Amino acid sequence: MKRPFEDSLNRRINKAPSTVVAVAVPWITVMLGSLVPALPLITASPLIPPFGFMLLVAWRQIRPGLLPVWAGLPLGLFDDLYSGQPFGSAMLIWSVAMIVLDMIEARFPWRTFWQEWLVGSLMVSVCLLAGAVFANASGGSTPLALIAPQAVLAILLYPLVGRLVAMFDRFRLLPFAKV
Amino acid sequence: MAPSSNRRSGSRRAQYTTFIGYLVGGAGAVVGAGFLIVSIVNPGFMSTLRGVGADVVAPASRVAAEGKAEGADFFETISGYLAAGRQNAELKREIAQAKVRFVEAEAVAQENARLKILLGLMADDPKPVVAARLIGSSSASTRRFATLGAGTRDGVSVGMPIRSPLGLVGRVLEVSDSTARVLLITDGESLVPVRRASDGIPAFAQGRGDGTLQIRLINLGINPLKRGDTFVTSGSGGLYRPNTPIAIVSSVTTDGAIAHVLSDPANNDYVVVERMWAAGASDPAQNADVPGAEGQAPAS
Repeated sequence: MKRPFEDSLNRRINKAPSTVVAVAVPWITVMLGSLVPALPLITASPLIPPFGFMLLVAWRQIRPGLLPVWAGLPLGLFDDLYSGQPFGSAMLIWSVAMIVLDMIEARFPWRTFWQEWLVGSLMVSVCLLAGAVFANASGGSTPLALIAPQAVLAILLYPLVGRLVAMFDRFRLLPFAKV
Repeated sequence: MAPSSNRRSGSRRAQYTTFIGYLVGGAGAVVGAGFLIVSIVNPGFMSTLRGVGADVVAPASRVAAEGKAEGADFFETISGYLAAGRQNAELKREIAQAKVRFVEAEAVAQENARLKILLGLMADDPKPVVAARLIGSSSASTRRFATLGAGTRDGVSVGMPIRSPLGLVGRVLEVSDSTARVLLITDGESLVPVRRASDGIPAFAQGRGDGTLQIRLINLGINPLKRGDTFVTSGSGGLYRPNTPIAIVSSVTTDGAIAHVLSDPANNDYVVVERMWAAGASDPAQNADVPGAEGQAPAS
């Protein structure tokens, strides 16, 4: 059977993309995005965009079908370990986001850059808002307006995250496995 | 762009695949919601798994934290050259004032020691548990947690207060083998019994999530607070040592004030883990004469 991500450009004589790398790269990059809070960036207020979630949405938009619909659950679990949010928050938000993105994909199969950015911005904003609501339910008492700077930063950075994902995608299909 | 493989076709098989995808995704959302409800009811839920996760990445975070400190030093050195002359004059003036203050403080300390002997109180400063770095924080969440690079193997246990040379930072919430999760005083769940340094007006300092604290006065009436008032911990509740500086008032509200935290966790290189105050106190009656002793103990 022909592998789905094999095409004429990426085939060299006796070289082909590695299946392991091609499958693992999206998962690993999203998990690295979730690890950003483990960096020694100690902030007084929430400011760092939710990179794990942004990478997930970008992967879903750039390569639909590469991450399964249920990917939100395990990746959300990993994010919950490091985010400081109540456990289960990202599992719920990310799972719902994957379903919503799948529906958008079915409704608008052809999209432009601006549409992708708009959808990504809405996704990130709703993710941050829901996260703040869940965090407050678990004992915080933060005014919801506090996430505005973080949301603006995340929206502005979203196209860059998309570029980054495109770069990872090229790396994913580099032919470095021997056939 | 829609790759041909992903375009919706009318085939039965494709429809089943889509349906099963939604079903599994929906199940994931339900599982997530269940976990969320459990962890809202019981915040310690899955803390073991979180601790293991933090332990795994701690070595990398430690290296990054050292790099960050060195990087900051490097830039400070450069900017120090640019402002050297002006700063030199300023510092000379400040040190002259500080010398006078130091002599005064020494006199006060001596007087304090004499009075304590008169009262028969022990003036013991318990040794800190350990000094460590804050190696991470919940920088993307509205909750304010930090990860401390020391855990049970260094003697850290739940409830211990954390402070820096500048003031109180927070307290330990969960401990794993080599890391600990710290509830910063700026988190909305953190409630610290405080008093005004000048005259001991009792109050509570609650975090607001943005680096400031809401000062809530215990005795309501005319709000006596002013801009620039300094607050220290009162020691009631038995968790935090009294007289640890905590915040300075930046604006006054109708029922209290908004205060800036003195010890910004972003600028701390090392923090010190202290023992719980009540556990190290030689005389339980000592707490009784601290203003606001009727305050509740912060939940551990």
